[in-house]
Amino acid sequence: MELHELGLRDLQNKLNQKEVSVQEIVKSIFKRIHEVDDKVKSFITLDEENALKKAAHLQDSRKGQIAGLPFALKDVFCTRGLRTTCASRMLEDFVPIYDATAVSRLNSEQGILVGKLNMDEFAMGSSTELSVFFPTRNPWDLERVPGGSSGGCAAAVAAGEVPIALGSDTGGSIRQPAAFCGVVGFKPSYGRVSRWGVVACTSSMDQAGVIARKVEDCALIMNIIAGHDPLDATSVNIEVPDYTSFLNPDIRGLKIAYPGEYFQQAGVDKQVKDLVFKALKKYEELGAIIEEVSLPHTRYALPAYCIISPAEASTNLACYDGVRFGLRDYEADNVLDMYCNSRSAGFGDEVKRRIMLGTYVLSSGNYEKYYLKAMQVRRLIKNDFDKIFKEYDLIITPTTPTTAFKLGAEIDNPLTLYGNDIFTVPVNLAGLPAISIPCGFSDGLPVGMQIIGPTFAEGRVLNAAYAFEQNTEYHKNKPALGGEPI
Amino acid sequence: MNEDYEVVVGLEVHAELKTQSKIFCSCSTAFGSEPNTQICPGCAGFPGMLPVLNKQVVEIAIKAGLALNCEIAEVCRFDRKNYFYPDLPKAYQISQLDLPICQNGYLEIDLDGQKKRIGITRAHMEEDAGKLIHQGDITSAPFSLVDLNRCGTPLLEIVSEPDIRSAAEARAYMEKLRSILLFTGVSTGKMEEGSLRCDANISVRPRGEKELGIRSEIKNLNSFRALERAIEYEANRHIEAIEDGEKIIQETRTWDEEKQMTLSMRSKEEADDYRYFPDPNLPPVKIDREWVEKIRATLPELPDQAQLRLVEEDGLPPYDATILTLTPEFLAYFDDCRAHYHDAKIISNWMMGELSKHLNQNNIEINDCKIKPTALARMLNLIDEGTISGKMAKRVFEEMFDTGKEPDVIIKEKGMVQISDESTLLKIIEEVMTANAGVVEDYRSGKKKALGFLVGQVMKATRGQANPAIVNKLLAERLKGD
Repeated sequence: MELHELGLRDLQNKLNQKEVSVQEIVKSIFKRIHEVDDKVKSFITLDEENALKKAAHLQDSRKGQIAGLPFALKDVFCTRGLRTTCASRMLEDFVPIYDATAVSRLNSEQGILVGKLNMDEFAMGSSTELSVFFPTRNPWDLERVPGGSSGGCAAAVAAGEVPIALGSDTGGSIRQPAAFCGVVGFKPSYGRVSRWGVVACTSSMDQAGVIARKVEDCALIMNIIAGHDPLDATSVNIEVPDYTSFLNPDIRGLKIAYPGEYFQQAGVDKQVKDLVFKALKKYEELGAIIEEVSLPHTRYALPAYCIISPAEASTNLACYDGVRFGLRDYEADNVLDMYCNSRSAGFGDEVKRRIMLGTYVLSSGNYEKYYLKAMQVRRLIKNDFDKIFKEYDLIITPTTPTTAFKLGAEIDNPLTLYGNDIFTVPVNLAGLPAISIPCGFSDGLPVGMQIIGPTFAEGRVLNAAYAFEQNTEYHKNKPALGGEPI
Repeated sequence: MNEDYEVVVGLEVHAELKTQSKIFCSCSTAFGSEPNTQICPGCAGFPGMLPVLNKQVVEIAIKAGLALNCEIAEVCRFDRKNYFYPDLPKAYQISQLDLPICQNGYLEIDLDGQKKRIGITRAHMEEDAGKLIHQGDITSAPFSLVDLNRCGTPLLEIVSEPDIRSAAEARAYMEKLRSILLFTGVSTGKMEEGSLRCDANISVRPRGEKELGIRSEIKNLNSFRALERAIEYEANRHIEAIEDGEKIIQETRTWDEEKQMTLSMRSKEEADDYRYFPDPNLPPVKIDREWVEKIRATLPELPDQAQLRLVEEDGLPPYDATILTLTPEFLAYFDDCRAHYHDAKIISNWMMGELSKHLNQNNIEINDCKIKPTALARMLNLIDEGTISGKMAKRVFEEMFDTGKEPDVIIKEKGMVQISDESTLLKIIEEVMTANAGVVEDYRSGKKKALGFLVGQVMKATRGQANPAIVNKLLAERLKGD
């Protein structure tokens, strides 16, 4: 196997066995990137020079948990001295003077940053077509989208451009692209990983997580990035277990629920449904107990999300006013024009749509009708999950209703696009940990299965994911990078 | 003012809380530094930055709330107040709307010996904005500069009930509030530096009417005097408008110090919709009762308690007690002096009279005054002992104020000892009586007022050093005797 095809842990073993050097690994990664990224278009910014320098430096002084191992970041993580764009015109030239907490933790464990990955602008979207730079392509079919908003992460990992990447997940932005690209996407519980330095979309739901080719690599990275951060008041101060200790294939006696609502939903592809049922059968074979349950408020999740998320985003994105950083219209002759012109030029349509929606639902007279109501629905959805988790260890659903769609197919139809997140959004509303892992192929395209756990039961989720992975072959398939990009 | 009308005032006071660091980051709150030297990416609203609540701010807010007789919330919450302005980097201010930390309090003001309770609706924590610096006038400046040093300075917004009925009551409320904030160490209370700021909601209504009139909110009240003048001006403006059959509109106005009038800023229709909602970055703050009681136990003597002590234990008139408790430094000065001198009223007279006059004229804070309280007490004792007269004392006081020397040293240096020796004085009295034989005659023929003139002549002859009591006694005897 080529170096670029290996996972983080595999590479680590090779380094420990002295079969390979850090420089060889990093060089192989950039070689791969230069070979395939013209097709896949995962990266916005590469940090090759620094990465190679670091690799040379680390050759003989590996100490950290991921010393000498390459990683990449969704371009929503602030990186000191390296531009952080959020795939927006607004931040095209923005170079932070700080590293996000998750990034500095990876750095202090001597990981090597390869570059910054494409995304939907400000993490708003499900296809990575809404990047101001270019759309990213799905390595399984270059005519199709990789999903979003962490589409660059999923595509890069699937295409072997990097073994792991950090993404962010507000309504499915890690899990949905992972499912579309046939890789593993892990979203921890809200509060598990610091949000400090991650550009905010929806503060009450944003959560950093991992996209990898193997479940064990998620555990490895979680061991580093999880844990309390005094700089983030919403990060919880509770013990962080050794996530790699959950990497055992034994799941006998595990009680797994599957919500009927998720499978009966209109628009769910039959093949997707069948593959997830097949996966549930597999779990049964492995000794798990599978039962159908009801999450009755599921159908209100997406509407509630479509109110809460834009509401928060509308004020999170108000700081982009052209005064201190980011795009500014220098020609305007008064401050109001400067605001309007800078923001009109700096934001794309979807971002503007959400700012307008959010502003509307928070306006005097609408707050009670929309925002408050949505927050009440959010509570009901959380209660639904809490009730199930009193009796069951985990919940399994499809990650997405369909496989990856074609580029341009849904770009003019935001409602259909939002519908992609129907199975992932409730998890964010409830703040739960969830993973998407490959569970088969439909017409040559990967299908993802979502495993949801109770709050802070990341270990249990990883355990179940690992057991499935070890007993199936889906994750071993590699995309051919075929199809003609549009 | 037209007596047919009643003015109704409620005050919103912003007090900067005296903390080392800002409310949501660890930047310094020091005043007067070079622009943009006390900021971090959080202060500047940079992407990915998050607020973390400074616990000391909560503690100080609780302290203020307790001193203002408020209920302290078991759970309070922060909300975002959204609006665009170049001095507000995040384009929202973190404040508290529905669940403020303090509610339902009051303070008592004292007007001409009458006590009146003014309700405090609420007090909530929030962050301050930065400031804009314009070259010249804001309307004509070619550009504006932004200084973010003040961004994130902790504020407590204290909102009163509309219980205030005159400019004088408003001033008394502000003075009392300021003294409470100073006594508790909550704020430095410097209106001129903006660490204590005040907006006034003003309306008028015909006397006896229950409904409140349409109000205007007056901003930019940077001194007690501005507050009084603005209320008087605005109340009269409302009354005149009503009398002329005009309609008052609800609006925000600003006090123009130069023109001594209020000017319209914006009407209610033009007001921002702040789109308040709970800040998802800050979990609700739980305040356990034990903590509150711990803080209550640290409350120092408050102005009301001090006033009561001064009236009941020292026998001072309520007016004196109010003045002496305006600041903790003033009260401490009195207490120090009182420990070394027996007569509280005499200390009070000197402090409210000569001392205040000199401090104001020289623009000196009492803590920087060269006359230490013990030295003032010593001077008062020297008067009682007859070493100097009250008149001489004023000269000694001035010297003490300028140089900080002890009174004994000054008296010795200037040879200012009082002449109480009867034989020395008698000699001078003889001379004065001889030189003013006519006046002596007048006295003896019944013009008793002439005595004063003669005493004055003796004092003049001794350059004020004669003991006036003894001079009076001796003169009276001599005039009777012959």
